[in-house]
Amino acid sequence: MKTYDMAELAVRNLRESILRNSLTTVGISVGVASLVAMLSLGIGLQQLAGRRLQKSGLFDTVVVTSRRDLRGFNREQEENGPAPAESPALNESTRQQIAQLPNVLEAYPDIRFITELRYEDKPYLTMMAGLPFSAKNNDAFDGMQGSFFSSDTAPEVILQKSFAAQLLGKTPNAGSEEASVAELANPLLGKQLTMRYAERTATPAANAAADSTGANNPAGTAYSVISREVTLKVVGVCDLDPDSMRGQARARIFMPLKLAQNLHVMQPSDLRDTTNMANGTPAYTTVEVHVKSPTQVQPVEDAIKKMGFNTFSIVDATRSLRQFFAVLDLFLGIFGSLALAVASIGIINTLVMAILERRREIGIMKAIGASDGDVKGLFFAEAGVMGVFGGFVGVALGWTIGRVINIGTNVYLKRQHFPPEQIWFVPWWLVLGAIVFAIVVSLLSGLYPASRAARLDPVQALRYE
Amino acid sequence: MPSGQGESDLKGTIAIRTENLCRHYSMGEALIRAVDGISVEIVSGEFVALLGTSGSGKSSLLNLIAGLDRPTSGTVVVQENDLAKLSREELAKYRLHTVGMVFQSFNLIPSMTLLENVELPLRFAEVDRGQREGLAKQSLDRVGLGARLRHRPTELSGGEQQRASLARALINQPQFLLADEPTGNLDSQTGTEIMNFIREFNESLGMTIIMVTHERTLAERYASRMIFLADGKLVGDQSNAVSAGTGRTHGGRL
Repeated sequence: MKTYDMAELAVRNLRESILRNSLTTVGISVGVASLVAMLSLGIGLQQLAGRRLQKSGLFDTVVVTSRRDLRGFNREQEENGPAPAESPALNESTRQQIAQLPNVLEAYPDIRFITELRYEDKPYLTMMAGLPFSAKNNDAFDGMQGSFFSSDTAPEVILQKSFAAQLLGKTPNAGSEEASVAELANPLLGKQLTMRYAERTATPAANAAADSTGANNPAGTAYSVISREVTLKVVGVCDLDPDSMRGQARARIFMPLKLAQNLHVMQPSDLRDTTNMANGTPAYTTVEVHVKSPTQVQPVEDAIKKMGFNTFSIVDATRSLRQFFAVLDLFLGIFGSLALAVASIGIINTLVMAILERRREIGIMKAIGASDGDVKGLFFAEAGVMGVFGGFVGVALGWTIGRVINIGTNVYLKRQHFPPEQIWFVPWWLVLGAIVFAIVVSLLSGLYPASRAARLDPVQALRYE
Repeated sequence: MPSGQGESDLKGTIAIRTENLCRHYSMGEALIRAVDGISVEIVSGEFVALLGTSGSGKSSLLNLIAGLDRPTSGTVVVQENDLAKLSREELAKYRLHTVGMVFQSFNLIPSMTLLENVELPLRFAEVDRGQREGLAKQSLDRVGLGARLRHRPTELSGGEQQRASLARALINQPQFLLADEPTGNLDSQTGTEIMNFIREFNESLGMTIIMVTHERTLAERYASRMIFLADGKLVGDQSNAVSAGTGRTHGGRL
């Protein structure tokens, strides 16, 4: 029999006992649905964790410090390698060298300083940090109100949410409801802040003295500190968690990095570096290096270490996290498959019952010329058709279940004052895979009934009256 | 459509030959000798009636000739093919193309319309969809059911159902029509109607007919040869002159 005829006959046979076959198909659907729902939740959770980690910026970042800075993160590093005094300084030229390493997206200095800001004639003392322009595309600024800096040197600032609350005189009390970012941003966006800071200016006199006397006073180590004021416009309020591990987030107000550099603000490290500054260019305390992907962190880190710097990154954490999710997905998949296994027993049952019920029909078909293959194919096709329907309905059902769980979770998160999260994700391969899986399981379930039907003795089958 | 092509060449040659044919069943401890050493030759174009009481083995013999069952021993040779030596697949092909069967209980598939029932052997023969419907309609027209194509078997009378099963038996143009008590479930009037169709196929299409019946009068009226069975053995074989005449054809050629 031709395949199309077989499929057509199978569909019409299934329609003949519509109730039983629908129930069987529903059984398959439920199996597929639980498989899809469980796996999509697993994948969704994995992606959520991935996004959270990405947001923290920990896994594609290498923090570089000079070995001269004895406050390094890792004691072991300090004991190996060149002595601190002989190691290179972390300044603009070494930053550029680092930026040119393969797989490095960017390397920027960490500029932060404590400064006084005046808003509506009230002074506030806080930590200001320079933010590279590339941070614009960083999802760390998800949920930001207002806009990002208009340029890398624009006199603009982005406020951290809790600082914005402070400016507005809304001190968050423990237990009280936290104000939303939008609520805080509305009165502040476009407002002016005055920043008072100490500018570090190289002293011409000192330079001249250095030129004449030479030795003891190397060029550039002498500078004067001048008090300056600059007016900054508030362009955004962001939702960054001040306690998160991301370096910049520890500051409460951000300005463009280039602007921060151009202002030559006196930094806490300047005093310390006075003694070992080789020339007029200032040294950086820390350079943050962004790597293309977490897998490239290790080689980049090694390359920077070779240059004589201390580095710090977290890479192993992702590996163990991935392992955890692989195991989680496996278990969710196993539970889903169990449901499908139960469904396949349903198919076997239905088809075996159908053979008993349709003994005569099978006998007739054989008597008028159906081969074993025709009969087998017909039952096989019936199992396959149930699998196709069950697969499609099941994917739709699983999608719905996942969505409902997602909505439910978000309602719960909202009650707990957390932002909404997508904890459920159905990739296309899961949709295709689940349908194919349903069909394969159905066909496997149809194997036994189909071959049983094919072996049926027509004389016996027709003897029944 | 059944054209009887080539039948004239075969006429008079031996179409079916059984040699010491046996079919034994074991039922619990007991051994049932349904067919027990039957040797018979059937000539092409004959109208053979297999007669006997119930349990005499006539249906078992028919099933062996139909290729629905395999002999325990002995041979059935149909047109030089030893059915015992055919594979299951080849036997299915034989049933599909060489023989057509009608049964006492019609054996139409209740979930299908008449058209679909008649079309079914064409599906197994992998005839194109486009041709199938036309052929099935033609075949149903031949038995006078052209107007009932979309009806299901249960909506028809017994006579109509048996006519439909005749149409189905003819659809692949077989050389043999095997009928197992074709009038057993019908009143005498519709039985006569069916028998007239069968005779018509025998006479105008040259089909070889083997009909199982327990009604001697029916056999005498239509068959050209009567084979008597008892306890699985052949107990009588006689030609029947009555049917040799052509005076009782059914309303001319169809």
